[in-house]
Amino acid sequence: MAWFTRQKPSVEDTPADAEKSVRTEGLWQKCEKCSQPIWRKTLEENLLVCTNCGHHFRIDATARLRMLFDEGKYEEHDAGLVSNDPLGFVDSRRYHERLDSMRSATNLPDAVISATGLLNGRRVHICALELKFIGGSMGAVVGEKITRAIERCITERIPLVIVSASGGARMQEGAISLMQLAKISAALMKLDEARVPYISVMTDPTTGGVTASFAMLGDMNVGEPGALIGFAGPRVIEQTIRQKLPEGFQRSEFLLDHGFLDAVVKRTELKNFLDRSIRFLAD
Amino acid sequence: MPDDPIVATNDAPVPDEAPAPTGAPPEVLTNPSWQRVQLARHPKRPQALDYIERVFTGFEELHGDRFYGDDKATIGGFAYFEGRPVMVVAQQKGKDTKAKLFRNFGMPKPEGYRKAIRLMRLADKFGRPVISLIDTAGAFPGVDAEERGQAEAVAYNLREMSRLGCPVIAVVIGEGGSGGALALGVANRVYMLENAYYSVISPESCAAIIWRDSGKAPLAAEALKMTAQDLLGLKIIDGIVKEPAEGAQNDHDAAASALRETLKNALAELAPLDRQGLISDRYEKFRRMGNFFREETL
Ligand SMILES: [Zn+2]
Repeated sequence: MAWFTRQKPSVEDTPADAEKSVRTEGLWQKCEKCSQPIWRKTLEENLLVCTNCGHHFRIDATARLRMLFDEGKYEEHDAGLVSNDPLGFVDSRRYHERLDSMRSATNLPDAVISATGLLNGRRVHICALELKFIGGSMGAVVGEKITRAIERCITERIPLVIVSASGGARMQEGAISLMQLAKISAALMKLDEARVPYISVMTDPTTGGVTASFAMLGDMNVGEPGALIGFAGPRVIEQTIRQKLPEGFQRSEFLLDHGFLDAVVKRTELKNFLDRSIRFLAD
Repeated sequence: MPDDPIVATNDAPVPDEAPAPTGAPPEVLTNPSWQRVQLARHPKRPQALDYIERVFTGFEELHGDRFYGDDKATIGGFAYFEGRPVMVVAQQKGKDTKAKLFRNFGMPKPEGYRKAIRLMRLADKFGRPVISLIDTAGAFPGVDAEERGQAEAVAYNLREMSRLGCPVIAVVIGEGGSGGALALGVANRVYMLENAYYSVISPESCAAIIWRDSGKAPLAAEALKMTAQDLLGLKIIDGIVKEPAEGAQNDHDAAASALRETLKNALAELAPLDRQGLISDRYEKFRRMGNFFREETL
Protein backbone atom coordinates (compact mmCIF):
# COMPACT_ATOMS: atom_id res chain seq x y z
CA MET A 1 0.00 0.00 0.00
CA ALA A 2 1.16 3.44 -0.90
CA TRP A 3 0.82 4.91 2.58
CA PHE A 4 3.59 2.84 3.98
CA THR A 5 6.20 2.95 1.23
CA ARG A 6 9.23 4.88 2.29
CA GLN A 7 11.13 7.28 0.11
CA LYS A 8 13.41 8.26 2.93
CA PRO A 9 15.85 5.86 4.55
CA SER A 10 14.14 3.81 7.18
CA VAL A 11 14.63 5.17 10.67
CA GLU A 12 14.03 1.69 12.03
CA ASP A 13 17.60 0.77 11.27
CA THR A 14 19.02 3.06 13.90
CA PRO A 15 19.86 1.37 17.16
CA ALA A 16 18.46 4.13 19.40
CA ASP A 17 14.82 3.74 20.40
CA ALA A 18 14.42 0.85 18.02
CA GLU A 19 13.46 -1.83 20.49
CA LYS A 20 9.76 -1.05 20.46
CA SER A 21 9.45 -0.07 16.84
CA VAL A 22 8.38 -2.27 14.03
CA ARG A 23 11.09 -4.06 12.15
CA THR A 24 10.64 -3.76 8.45
CA GLU A 25 12.93 -6.61 7.49
CA GLY A 26 11.54 -10.06 6.99
CA LEU A 27 8.27 -11.33 5.68
CA TRP A 28 6.81 -12.15 9.05
CA GLN A 29 6.21 -9.92 12.00
CA LYS A 30 5.50 -11.21 15.47
CA CYS A 31 2.77 -9.27 17.29
CA GLU A 32 4.28 -7.63 20.37
CA LYS A 33 1.03 -8.19 22.28
CA CYS A 34 -0.28 -11.66 21.33
CA SER A 35 2.94 -13.06 19.79
CA GLN A 36 1.06 -14.26 16.72
CA PRO A 37 3.24 -14.14 13.60
CA ILE A 38 1.59 -12.04 10.91
CA TRP A 39 2.59 -11.75 7.31
CA ARG A 40 4.29 -8.39 6.98
CA LYS A 41 2.23 -7.35 3.96
CA THR A 42 -1.03 -8.21 5.73
CA LEU A 43 0.06 -6.15 8.74
CA GLU A 44 0.90 -3.15 6.56
CA GLU A 45 -2.36 -3.43 4.70
CA ASN A 46 -4.07 -3.37 8.08
CA LEU A 47 -2.22 -0.13 8.99
CA LEU A 48 0.02 -1.95 11.48
CA VAL A 49 -2.85 -3.21 13.56
CA CYS A 50 -2.58 -6.87 14.55
CA THR A 51 -5.11 -8.90 12.57
CA ASN A 52 -5.28 -11.40 15.41
CA CYS A 53 -5.71 -9.30 18.58
CA GLY A 54 -6.20 -5.73 17.31
CA HIS A 55 -3.04 -4.42 18.96
CA HIS A 56 -1.98 -1.08 17.49
CA PHE A 57 1.74 -1.00 16.71
CA ARG A 58 3.40 2.38 16.97
CA ILE A 59 3.82 4.04 13.59
CA ASP A 60 5.98 6.95 12.59
CA ALA A 61 4.77 10.41 11.62
CA THR A 62 5.43 9.96 7.92
CA ALA A 63 3.40 6.75 7.79
CA ARG A 64 0.64 8.47 9.74
CA LEU A 65 0.40 11.31 7.25
CA ARG A 66 0.45 8.94 4.28
CA MET A 67 -2.33 6.98 5.91
CA LEU A 68 -4.57 10.00 6.42
CA PHE A 69 -4.00 12.10 3.31
CA ASP A 70 -5.58 11.05 0.01
CA GLU A 71 -3.13 8.98 -2.03
CA GLY A 72 -0.60 9.61 0.74
CA LYS A 73 0.20 13.03 -0.73
CA TYR A 74 0.79 16.18 1.31
CA GLU A 75 2.67 19.45 1.36
CA GLU A 76 5.01 19.99 4.28
CA HIS A 77 5.29 23.36 6.08
CA ASP A 78 8.03 25.05 8.12
CA ALA A 79 10.38 22.14 7.54
CA GLY A 80 13.34 24.52 7.76
CA LEU A 81 12.88 25.33 11.45
CA VAL A 82 15.67 23.91 13.58
CA SER A 83 16.60 24.46 17.23
CA ASN A 84 19.57 26.64 18.05
CA ASP A 85 20.13 25.00 21.45
CA PRO A 86 19.25 28.10 23.49
CA LEU A 87 20.58 26.82 26.82
CA GLY A 88 23.73 25.18 25.47
CA PHE A 89 22.43 22.11 27.25
CA VAL A 90 24.65 19.13 27.94
CA ASP A 91 23.27 15.88 29.28
CA SER A 92 24.90 12.55 28.57
CA ARG A 93 25.91 14.33 25.37
CA ARG A 94 25.61 17.80 23.93
CA TYR A 95 22.06 18.67 22.94
CA HIS A 96 23.08 20.06 19.57
CA GLU A 97 24.90 16.81 18.82
CA ARG A 98 21.87 14.85 19.91
CA LEU A 99 19.77 16.95 17.55
CA ASP A 100 22.17 16.30 14.70
CA SER A 101 22.13 12.56 15.17
CA MET A 102 18.33 12.56 15.56
CA ARG A 103 18.04 14.51 12.32
CA SER A 104 20.13 12.06 10.39
CA ALA A 105 18.47 9.05 12.03
CA THR A 106 14.91 10.21 11.36
CA ASN A 107 15.47 12.44 8.35
CA LEU A 108 13.29 15.00 10.11
CA PRO A 109 14.31 18.47 11.32
CA ASP A 110 12.51 18.04 14.66
CA ALA A 111 9.75 16.04 16.36
CA VAL A 112 6.76 17.19 14.32
CA ILE A 113 5.74 17.16 10.67
CA SER A 114 3.32 19.93 9.77
CA ALA A 115 1.43 19.23 6.55
CA THR A 116 -1.58 20.19 4.47
CA GLY A 117 -3.35 18.03 1.94
CA LEU A 118 -6.65 16.45 1.10
CA LEU A 119 -8.61 14.15 3.38
CA ASN A 120 -11.41 12.55 1.39
CA GLY A 121 -11.19 15.51 -0.96
CA ARG A 122 -11.24 18.23 1.72
CA ARG A 123 -8.20 20.37 2.49
CA VAL A 124 -7.02 19.85 6.08
CA HIS A 125 -3.93 20.62 8.14
CA ILE A 126 -2.40 17.70 9.99
CA CYS A 127 0.49 17.90 12.43
CA ALA A 128 1.95 14.52 13.38
CA LEU A 129 4.46 14.14 16.18
CA GLU A 130 7.40 11.80 15.72
CA LEU A 131 8.07 9.73 18.81
CA LYS A 132 11.47 8.62 17.55
CA PHE A 133 12.76 12.18 17.59
CA ILE A 134 13.81 12.64 21.25
CA GLY A 135 10.62 10.93 22.35
CA GLY A 136 8.37 13.26 20.38
CA SER A 137 9.27 15.96 22.89
CA MET A 138 8.23 19.57 22.45
CA GLY A 139 10.73 22.40 22.43
CA ALA A 140 10.70 25.75 20.65
CA VAL A 141 10.61 24.24 17.15
CA VAL A 142 7.66 21.95 17.79
CA GLY A 143 5.90 24.81 19.59
CA GLU A 144 6.47 27.22 16.73
CA LYS A 145 5.51 24.77 13.99
CA ILE A 146 2.25 23.86 15.68
CA THR A 147 1.47 27.52 16.43
CA ARG A 148 2.09 28.45 12.80
CA ALA A 149 -0.13 25.56 11.72
CA ILE A 150 -2.92 26.91 13.93
CA GLU A 151 -2.45 30.39 12.48
CA ARG A 152 -2.58 28.97 8.96
CA CYS A 153 -5.82 27.17 9.82
CA ILE A 154 -7.32 30.44 11.06
CA THR A 155 -6.24 32.40 7.98
CA GLU A 156 -7.28 29.75 5.46
CA ARG A 157 -10.20 28.44 7.53
CA ILE A 158 -9.15 24.83 7.18
CA PRO A 159 -9.67 22.17 9.88
CA LEU A 160 -6.78 21.13 12.09
CA VAL A 161 -5.85 17.63 13.19
CA ILE A 162 -2.95 16.99 15.55
CA VAL A 163 -1.79 13.41 16.01
CA SER A 164 0.19 13.24 19.24
CA ALA A 165 2.89 10.75 20.24
CA SER A 166 5.10 12.35 22.86
CA GLY A 167 6.67 12.12 26.29
CA GLY A 168 6.00 15.82 26.91
CA ALA A 169 8.04 18.98 27.02
CA ARG A 170 11.70 18.76 26.01
CA MET A 171 13.98 18.92 29.01
CA GLN A 172 16.96 20.17 27.02
CA GLU A 173 15.25 23.50 26.31
CA GLY A 174 14.18 24.10 29.91
CA ALA A 175 11.52 26.73 30.58
CA ILE A 176 11.45 27.59 26.87
CA SER A 177 9.82 24.21 26.30
CA LEU A 178 7.41 24.86 29.13
CA MET A 179 6.32 28.15 27.57
CA GLN A 180 5.36 26.35 24.36
CA LEU A 181 2.43 24.84 26.26
CA ALA A 182 1.07 28.33 26.86
CA LYS A 183 1.93 29.60 23.40
CA ILE A 184 0.08 26.79 21.61
CA SER A 185 -2.87 26.85 24.01
CA ALA A 186 -3.28 30.58 23.47
CA ALA A 187 -3.23 30.05 19.69
CA LEU A 188 -5.91 27.39 20.18
CA MET A 189 -8.00 30.01 21.96
CA LYS A 190 -7.89 32.02 18.73
CA LEU A 191 -8.75 28.96 16.65
CA ASP A 192 -11.66 28.32 19.00
CA GLU A 193 -12.90 31.91 18.61
CA ALA A 194 -12.56 31.61 14.82
CA ARG A 195 -14.75 28.46 15.00
CA VAL A 196 -12.37 26.41 12.93
CA PRO A 197 -12.54 22.69 13.84
CA TYR A 198 -9.67 21.04 15.69
CA ILE A 199 -9.53 17.32 16.35
CA SER A 200 -6.89 15.91 18.66
CA VAL A 201 -5.81 12.31 18.13
CA MET A 202 -3.81 10.79 20.97
CA THR A 203 -1.67 7.77 20.19
CA ASP A 204 0.67 5.64 22.27
CA PRO A 205 2.13 7.36 24.26
CA THR A 206 0.85 10.88 24.90
CA THR A 207 1.98 12.23 28.26
CA GLY A 208 3.30 15.27 30.13
CA GLY A 209 3.16 18.75 28.66
CA VAL A 210 1.69 17.60 25.37
CA THR A 211 -1.34 16.07 27.06
CA ALA A 212 -1.48 19.07 29.39
CA SER A 213 -1.80 21.48 26.48
CA PHE A 214 -2.94 20.96 22.89
CA ALA A 215 -3.73 17.24 23.05
CA MET A 216 -6.58 17.80 25.54
CA LEU A 217 -7.92 20.93 23.84
CA GLY A 218 -9.57 19.49 20.74
CA ASP A 219 -13.16 20.19 19.78
CA MET A 220 -13.04 16.42 19.83
CA ASN A 221 -10.39 14.42 21.65
CA VAL A 222 -9.93 10.85 20.52
CA GLY A 223 -7.48 8.09 21.37
CA GLU A 224 -6.21 5.06 19.54
CA PRO A 225 -7.07 1.77 21.29
CA GLY A 226 -4.72 0.93 24.12
CA ALA A 227 -2.75 4.18 23.91
CA LEU A 228 -1.11 5.41 27.11
CA ILE A 229 -2.46 8.91 27.80
CA GLY A 230 -1.74 10.84 30.96
CA PHE A 231 -0.19 13.78 32.72
CA ALA A 232 2.37 12.06 34.92
CA GLY A 233 4.05 8.95 33.58
CA PRO A 234 2.99 5.64 35.17
CA ARG A 235 6.44 4.99 36.63
CA VAL A 236 6.33 8.34 38.40
CA ILE A 237 2.89 7.63 39.85
CA GLU A 238 4.03 4.22 41.04
CA GLN A 239 6.94 5.87 42.81
CA THR A 240 4.59 8.39 44.43
CA ILE A 241 1.98 5.92 45.67
CA ARG A 242 4.46 3.05 46.15
CA GLN A 243 2.21 0.45 44.62
CA LYS A 244 1.60 -1.10 41.26
CA LEU A 245 -0.96 0.57 39.02
CA PRO A 246 -3.98 -1.46 37.91
CA GLU A 247 -4.05 -2.98 34.43
CA GLY A 248 -5.39 -0.52 31.89
CA PHE A 249 -4.72 2.60 34.02
CA GLN A 250 -4.14 5.67 31.79
CA ARG A 251 -5.06 3.75 28.64
CA SER A 252 -7.49 5.19 26.09
CA GLU A 253 -10.35 3.03 27.34
CA PHE A 254 -9.71 4.24 30.91
CA LEU A 255 -9.84 7.87 29.78
CA LEU A 256 -13.03 7.20 27.85
CA ASP A 257 -14.61 5.71 30.99
CA HIS A 258 -13.55 8.72 33.03
CA GLY A 259 -14.99 11.17 30.54
CA PHE A 260 -11.85 12.58 28.94
CA LEU A 261 -12.14 11.20 25.42
CA ASP A 262 -14.95 11.63 22.94
CA ALA A 263 -14.15 8.28 21.37
CA VAL A 264 -11.61 5.51 21.07
CA VAL A 265 -11.10 5.11 17.35
CA LYS A 266 -9.39 2.18 15.66
CA ARG A 267 -6.65 3.17 13.27
CA THR A 268 -8.44 1.49 10.40
CA GLU A 269 -11.47 3.74 11.12
CA LEU A 270 -9.56 6.93 11.86
CA LYS A 271 -9.62 8.56 8.44
CA ASN A 272 -13.34 8.08 8.06
CA PHE A 273 -13.96 9.21 11.63
CA LEU A 274 -12.05 12.43 10.97
CA ASP A 275 -13.95 12.94 7.73
CA ARG A 276 -17.35 12.48 9.39
CA SER A 277 -16.43 14.72 12.34
CA ILE A 278 -15.05 17.51 10.22
CA ARG A 279 -18.07 17.32 7.95
CA PHE A 280 -20.36 17.65 10.97
CA LEU A 281 -18.42 20.62 12.34
CA ALA A 282 -17.55 22.49 9.17
CA ASP A 283 -20.20 21.93 6.51
CA MET B 1 9.28 4.93 25.44
CA PRO B 2 6.98 6.93 27.74
CA ASP B 3 9.75 6.54 30.26
CA ASP B 4 12.39 7.40 27.73
CA PRO B 5 15.31 8.65 29.78
CA ILE B 6 15.99 11.64 27.59
CA VAL B 7 12.47 12.97 27.41
CA ALA B 8 10.47 12.31 30.44
CA THR B 9 9.51 15.70 31.70
CA ASN B 10 6.27 14.04 32.76
CA ASP B 11 8.03 13.65 36.07
CA ALA B 12 7.19 13.74 39.72
CA PRO B 13 7.46 17.02 41.52
CA VAL B 14 9.76 16.80 44.48
CA PRO B 15 8.07 17.83 47.70
CA ASP B 16 9.98 20.51 49.54
CA GLU B 17 12.66 19.54 51.97
CA ALA B 18 14.00 16.85 49.72
CA PRO B 19 17.20 15.59 51.32
CA ALA B 20 20.24 17.62 50.46
CA PRO B 21 22.44 15.91 47.90
CA THR B 22 25.41 14.18 49.37
CA GLY B 23 28.69 13.23 47.90
CA ALA B 24 28.75 16.07 45.41
CA PRO B 25 31.87 18.23 45.39
CA PRO B 26 31.51 21.46 47.40
CA GLU B 27 31.76 23.77 44.37
CA VAL B 28 28.67 22.06 43.01
CA LEU B 29 26.70 22.45 46.20
CA THR B 30 27.46 26.13 46.31
CA ASN B 31 26.59 26.97 42.73
CA PRO B 32 24.27 30.00 42.72
CA SER B 33 21.40 28.23 40.92
CA TRP B 34 21.30 25.47 43.49
CA GLN B 35 21.53 27.92 46.38
CA ARG B 36 18.47 29.67 45.03
CA VAL B 37 16.59 26.39 44.73
CA GLN B 38 17.38 25.78 48.38
CA LEU B 39 16.08 29.23 49.28
CA ALA B 40 12.95 28.73 47.15
CA ARG B 41 12.23 25.64 49.29
CA HIS B 42 13.37 27.12 52.59
CA PRO B 43 11.06 25.98 55.41
CA LYS B 44 10.78 29.53 56.74
CA ARG B 45 10.18 31.14 53.36
CA PRO B 46 6.99 33.20 53.23
CA GLN B 47 4.14 31.38 51.53
CA ALA B 48 1.13 32.71 49.66
CA LEU B 49 -0.96 33.36 52.78
CA ASP B 50 1.91 35.34 54.34
CA TYR B 51 1.93 37.64 51.35
CA ILE B 52 -1.86 37.82 51.17
CA GLU B 53 -2.14 39.04 54.74
CA ARG B 54 0.57 41.63 54.22
CA VAL B 55 -0.14 42.91 50.71
CA PHE B 56 -3.95 42.82 50.59
CA THR B 57 -6.78 43.75 52.90
CA GLY B 58 -10.15 42.11 53.38
CA PHE B 59 -9.21 38.76 51.85
CA GLU B 60 -12.32 36.61 51.61
CA GLU B 61 -11.55 33.03 50.62
CA LEU B 62 -13.84 31.43 48.06
CA HIS B 63 -13.96 27.67 47.74
CA GLY B 64 -14.63 24.89 45.29
CA ASP B 65 -14.55 24.06 41.61
CA ARG B 66 -18.33 23.43 41.29
CA PHE B 67 -17.58 19.97 39.87
CA TYR B 68 -15.89 17.81 42.43
CA GLY B 69 -14.39 19.45 45.47
CA ASP B 70 -12.23 22.09 47.08
CA ASP B 71 -8.52 21.68 46.51
CA LYS B 72 -6.55 22.75 49.57
CA ALA B 73 -3.26 23.33 47.74
CA THR B 74 -4.98 26.04 45.71
CA ILE B 75 -6.50 29.03 47.42
CA GLY B 76 -8.44 31.90 45.98
CA GLY B 77 -10.69 34.73 46.91
CA PHE B 78 -11.32 38.42 46.62
CA ALA B 79 -9.33 41.08 48.38
CA TYR B 80 -8.34 44.72 48.15
CA PHE B 81 -5.03 45.96 46.88
CA GLU B 82 -4.41 49.59 47.78
CA GLY B 83 -8.17 49.89 48.11
CA ARG B 84 -8.84 48.35 44.72
CA PRO B 85 -10.80 45.08 44.40
CA VAL B 86 -8.77 42.18 42.98
CA MET B 87 -9.10 38.41 42.71
CA VAL B 88 -6.26 36.46 44.26
CA VAL B 89 -5.43 32.87 43.24
CA ALA B 90 -2.48 31.14 44.80
CA GLN B 91 -0.80 27.90 45.76
CA GLN B 92 -0.13 27.21 49.42
CA LYS B 93 2.24 24.50 50.65
CA GLY B 94 1.63 24.58 54.36
CA LYS B 95 4.29 25.01 57.04
CA ASP B 96 4.08 22.39 59.78
CA THR B 97 3.50 18.71 59.10
CA LYS B 98 -0.23 18.92 59.68
CA ALA B 99 -0.64 21.89 57.37
CA LYS B 100 1.53 20.29 54.71
CA LEU B 101 -0.61 17.18 54.68
CA PHE B 102 -3.74 19.34 54.60
CA ARG B 103 -2.34 21.30 51.65
CA ASN B 104 -1.03 18.16 49.89
CA PHE B 105 2.42 19.82 50.04
CA GLY B 106 1.17 22.50 47.67
CA MET B 107 0.62 20.05 44.82
CA PRO B 108 -2.79 20.78 43.32
CA LYS B 109 -5.21 18.23 41.94
CA PRO B 110 -7.47 18.98 38.97
CA GLU B 111 -10.13 20.57 41.19
CA GLY B 112 -7.53 23.17 42.21
CA TYR B 113 -6.98 24.29 38.64
CA ARG B 114 -10.72 24.27 38.02
CA LYS B 115 -11.34 26.37 41.11
CA ALA B 116 -8.68 28.82 40.02
CA ILE B 117 -10.07 29.31 36.51
CA ARG B 118 -13.59 29.62 37.91
CA LEU B 119 -12.46 32.49 40.12
CA MET B 120 -10.44 34.11 37.35
CA ARG B 121 -13.48 34.08 35.08
CA LEU B 122 -15.54 35.60 37.86
CA ALA B 123 -12.95 38.36 38.08
CA ASP B 124 -13.09 38.83 34.32
CA LYS B 125 -16.88 39.08 34.36
CA PHE B 126 -16.77 41.95 36.82
CA GLY B 127 -13.63 43.57 35.50
CA ARG B 128 -11.38 42.83 38.47
CA PRO B 129 -7.67 42.21 38.02
CA VAL B 130 -6.30 38.75 38.84
CA ILE B 131 -3.22 38.38 41.01
CA SER B 132 -1.72 34.90 40.87
CA LEU B 133 0.90 33.73 43.37
CA ILE B 134 2.66 30.58 42.16
CA ASP B 135 4.40 28.22 44.55
CA THR B 136 4.26 24.53 43.73
CA ALA B 137 6.68 21.70 43.13
CA GLY B 138 4.19 20.63 40.47
CA ALA B 139 0.70 19.35 39.82
CA PHE B 140 0.07 16.23 41.91
CA PRO B 141 1.06 12.98 40.14
CA GLY B 142 -1.42 10.51 41.61
CA VAL B 143 -4.10 8.04 40.65
CA ASP B 144 -7.00 10.28 41.69
CA ALA B 145 -5.52 13.30 39.90
CA GLU B 146 -5.16 11.29 36.69
CA GLU B 147 -8.69 9.88 37.00
CA ARG B 148 -10.09 13.38 37.27
CA GLY B 149 -8.10 14.70 34.34
CA GLN B 150 -5.02 16.50 35.62
CA ALA B 151 -3.78 17.06 32.07
CA GLU B 152 -7.14 18.38 30.89
CA ALA B 153 -7.39 20.72 33.87
CA VAL B 154 -3.96 22.24 33.20
CA ALA B 155 -4.57 22.49 29.45
CA TYR B 156 -7.94 24.12 29.93
CA ASN B 157 -6.46 26.80 32.20
CA LEU B 158 -3.72 27.59 29.71
CA ARG B 159 -6.26 28.24 26.99
CA GLU B 160 -8.85 29.98 29.14
CA MET B 161 -6.39 32.29 30.91
CA SER B 162 -5.37 33.54 27.47
CA ARG B 163 -9.00 34.61 26.94
CA LEU B 164 -9.42 36.66 30.12
CA GLY B 165 -10.36 40.27 29.48
CA CYS B 166 -9.03 41.55 32.80
CA PRO B 167 -5.44 42.33 33.84
CA VAL B 168 -3.63 39.19 35.01
CA ILE B 169 -0.40 39.43 36.98
CA ALA B 170 1.48 36.30 38.04
CA VAL B 171 4.36 36.08 40.48
CA VAL B 172 6.39 32.96 41.17
CA ILE B 173 7.03 33.37 44.89
CA GLY B 174 8.85 30.08 45.52
CA GLU B 175 8.76 27.03 43.32
CA GLY B 176 7.49 27.22 39.77
CA GLY B 177 7.17 23.53 39.04
CA SER B 178 6.37 22.94 35.38
CA GLY B 179 2.82 22.74 33.99
CA GLY B 180 1.35 22.81 37.46
CA ALA B 181 2.81 26.30 37.90
CA LEU B 182 2.19 27.54 34.38
CA ALA B 183 -1.52 26.69 34.76
CA LEU B 184 -1.76 29.81 36.96
CA GLY B 185 0.83 31.70 34.94
CA VAL B 186 -0.62 32.82 31.61
CA ALA B 187 -0.51 36.47 32.63
CA ASN B 188 0.06 39.91 31.14
CA ARG B 189 3.01 40.33 33.44
CA VAL B 190 5.02 37.50 34.97
CA TYR B 191 7.50 38.14 37.76
CA MET B 192 9.67 36.00 39.95
CA LEU B 193 11.01 36.61 43.39
CA GLU B 194 14.77 36.83 43.36
CA ASN B 195 15.25 33.35 44.81
CA ALA B 196 12.32 31.63 43.17
CA TYR B 197 12.78 29.11 40.39
CA TYR B 198 10.64 28.24 37.38
CA SER B 199 11.38 25.09 35.43
CA VAL B 200 10.07 22.46 33.05
CA ILE B 201 11.33 19.72 35.39
CA SER B 202 12.66 19.53 38.93
CA PRO B 203 16.45 19.50 39.17
CA GLU B 204 16.25 16.15 41.02
CA SER B 205 14.27 14.46 38.26
CA CYS B 206 16.45 16.01 35.59
CA ALA B 207 19.57 14.71 37.33
CA ALA B 208 18.00 11.28 37.75
CA ILE B 209 17.35 11.19 34.03
CA ILE B 210 20.75 12.40 32.92
CA TRP B 211 23.10 10.90 35.47
CA ARG B 212 20.83 8.31 37.10
CA ASP B 213 21.65 10.18 40.30
CA SER B 214 19.29 12.71 41.83
CA GLY B 215 22.21 13.78 44.03
CA LYS B 216 23.54 15.66 41.02
CA ALA B 217 20.52 17.99 41.19
CA PRO B 218 22.77 21.04 41.71
CA LEU B 219 24.33 20.46 38.30
CA ALA B 220 20.90 20.06 36.73
CA ALA B 221 19.69 23.26 38.40
CA GLU B 222 22.47 25.11 36.66
CA ALA B 223 21.97 23.45 33.27
CA LEU B 224 18.22 24.03 33.23
CA LYS B 225 18.58 27.83 33.63
CA MET B 226 15.76 28.05 36.10
CA THR B 227 16.59 31.12 38.19
CA ALA B 228 14.89 34.51 37.89
CA GLN B 229 18.05 35.99 36.36
CA ASP B 230 18.21 33.21 33.76
CA LEU B 231 14.57 33.57 32.81
CA LEU B 232 14.71 37.33 32.61
CA GLY B 233 17.59 36.89 30.17
CA LEU B 234 15.51 34.47 28.10
CA LYS B 235 12.61 36.99 28.16
CA ILE B 236 10.34 34.46 29.83
CA ILE B 237 9.62 36.79 32.75
CA ASP B 238 9.15 40.55 32.92
CA GLY B 239 10.98 41.35 36.10
CA ILE B 240 12.47 40.26 39.39
CA VAL B 241 11.10 41.08 42.83
CA LYS B 242 14.05 41.84 45.05
CA GLU B 243 14.32 39.86 48.26
CA PRO B 244 15.87 40.98 51.54
CA ALA B 245 19.51 40.04 52.03
CA GLU B 246 20.04 36.28 52.28
CA GLY B 247 16.47 35.59 51.27
CA ALA B 248 12.81 36.32 51.94
CA GLN B 249 12.75 33.98 54.94
CA ASN B 250 14.73 36.57 56.90
CA ASP B 251 12.17 39.34 56.60
CA HIS B 252 8.66 38.53 55.46
CA ASP B 253 7.56 42.16 55.69
CA ALA B 254 10.34 43.40 53.43
CA ALA B 255 9.61 40.69 50.86
CA ALA B 256 5.92 41.60 50.95
CA SER B 257 6.57 45.29 50.46
CA ALA B 258 8.79 44.56 47.44
CA LEU B 259 5.98 42.44 46.03
CA ARG B 260 3.51 45.27 46.67
CA GLU B 261 5.65 47.71 44.68
CA THR B 262 5.88 45.30 41.75
CA LEU B 263 2.12 44.71 41.70
CA LYS B 264 1.44 48.44 41.92
CA ASN B 265 3.64 49.19 38.93
CA ALA B 266 2.26 46.31 36.90
CA LEU B 267 -1.34 47.36 37.51
CA ALA B 268 -0.45 50.92 36.51
CA GLU B 269 1.17 49.68 33.28
CA LEU B 270 -1.90 47.66 32.38
CA ALA B 271 -4.42 50.33 33.39
CA PRO B 272 -4.67 52.00 29.94
CA LEU B 273 -5.55 48.70 28.20
CA ASP B 274 -9.16 47.76 27.51
CA ARG B 275 -10.42 44.16 27.37
CA GLN B 276 -9.23 43.53 23.84
CA GLY B 277 -5.96 45.29 24.55
CA LEU B 278 -5.33 43.07 27.57
CA ILE B 279 -6.06 39.89 25.59
CA SER B 280 -3.78 40.98 22.74
CA ASP B 281 -1.04 42.09 25.12
CA ARG B 282 -1.04 38.67 26.80
CA TYR B 283 -1.32 36.79 23.52
CA GLU B 284 1.57 38.63 21.89
CA LYS B 285 3.73 38.13 24.94
CA PHE B 286 3.39 34.35 24.82
CA ARG B 287 3.42 34.23 21.02
CA ARG B 288 6.93 35.65 21.04
CA MET B 289 8.12 33.36 23.77
CA GLY B 290 10.98 31.04 23.02
CA ASN B 291 11.89 32.20 19.54
CA PHE B 292 14.99 30.08 19.76
CA PHE B 293 15.31 28.47 16.39
CA ARG B 294 16.69 29.29 13.02
CA GLU B 295 14.94 28.96 9.72
CA GLU B 296 16.89 27.13 7.06
CA THR B 297 15.93 27.37 3.45
CA LEU B 298 15.47 23.92 2.04
ZN1 LIG C 1 -1.69 -9.38 18.23
